[in-house]
Amino acid sequence: MEIEPITVEELNKYIKTKIDGDEFLNNVYVRGEISNFKLHYTGHMYFTLKDEKSLVKCIMFKSYTPYLSFMPKDGMKVCILGSVSVFERDGVYQIYAKGMKQDGIGSLYEEYEKLKAKLEKEGLFDETHKKQVPRFSKTIGVLTSSTGAVIRDIINVSTRRNPNVHIRLIPVPVQGPGAEIKIAEAIEKMNREKLADVIIVGRGGGSIEDLWPFNEEIVARAIYNSKLPIISAVGHETDFTIADFVADLRAPTPSAAAELAVPNIEDVKYTISQYENKYKVALKRKHELMKMRFEKCMSRRAFKEPMQKINEQYINIDMYTKSLNNSILNKINNSKMKFNNVITKIDALSPMKTMARGYAITEKDGKIIKKAADLEVGDEITLKYIDGEARAKIQS
Amino acid sequence: MEEINFEKSMEKLEKIAEELERDDLSLDDSVKLFEEGMELSKKCNESLQKAEKKITVIIDEQEKNFIPSEE
Repeated sequence: MEIEPITVEELNKYIKTKIDGDEFLNNVYVRGEISNFKLHYTGHMYFTLKDEKSLVKCIMFKSYTPYLSFMPKDGMKVCILGSVSVFERDGVYQIYAKGMKQDGIGSLYEEYEKLKAKLEKEGLFDETHKKQVPRFSKTIGVLTSSTGAVIRDIINVSTRRNPNVHIRLIPVPVQGPGAEIKIAEAIEKMNREKLADVIIVGRGGGSIEDLWPFNEEIVARAIYNSKLPIISAVGHETDFTIADFVADLRAPTPSAAAELAVPNIEDVKYTISQYENKYKVALKRKHELMKMRFEKCMSRRAFKEPMQKINEQYINIDMYTKSLNNSILNKINNSKMKFNNVITKIDALSPMKTMARGYAITEKDGKIIKKAADLEVGDEITLKYIDGEARAKIQS
Repeated sequence: MEEINFEKSMEKLEKIAEELERDDLSLDDSVKLFEEGMELSKKCNESLQKAEKKITVIIDEQEKNFIPSEE
């Protein structure tokens, strides 16, 4: 009995069916090193995955390549997720890769920590270097993907807060190989052409590989060198990229970044009106105070009763006049009293009393003669008696 | 007229009042000071009135120009 041969095609088809029907081979996760990497002009990637002992062919169709967070290179250690199938024409089996990540995520963290420590030491995170985000930006520069939720959120939040705000987007890839260069270039372009008052750099959440461009040194330096203030909004609130540390302000989400960059116009209006009121009240109050001070001063005795001083003087004059009068009257009274005393005394000694007893006073030429020797014969004398005078002539 | 600010004038005015209230000030000096005080008081009063007028004008104008937002 002869064995009927089968064709090569039939064999390969059979093997393919076997392999495709194997659940395990439909979903393999393989670790290895890339070699013979070729990026075909059609966009598909062809390479070989190998370790010390074996190798296997791999292909990644271009429909999957955009999701790569890095550009594969020969020698790179990776883990590949895909299915094993047979390429019937060549009779080879290969891995049809759907995803790939760099092996040893630990090394990414290491890289992150190393770069972070280096830049921190250099002073790229210094608070003193951070620029103030302007409170009233007219133009907000946005660096992110032109598709996706980030730009939509930023536009929504910004225009809701201030309908007049101008948003200027420079679309950049925010993940995958080369994204960091595009981001850095966009930051430089914004600065060079002064396209905005403040820049928001951001992307939505993702794996550490997705966020990786924001952990690249070139982005960190571009942010540090930017003259325009930069708000970073990378990933979720819990993700801290190096870009976040260098940025002048870190927003937990793109929406929050828009809130930081664009003030709510209603709030601003309200604040302004508050200030207006404050000024009005303050000015009026100041004026009132000054008026009161003036009025108080003018109601002081010195100004209100200017005549007082003069009236006081009148009183003084009256008082002095009165006391003058009094003293002169006193003096007169005193003199009178003294005079009376004298009179009384004089009266006691008065010659009249003696004359009443029969004595007479002899006067010559109005002078009292006390001794006979003062008289000569022929002198005419006056004799004064109590009741009158008599004239006589000296005979001897 | 010499332009000095309101606060300075006020200070001077208050000082004059104090001086005038001193009992040992001579009458002649009192008259002189009173005269000076009255002149200052006039200036202060004018300043106050001017300020008041200005404030009123500013506030009026501002209220006239204020267009309530339509949102």
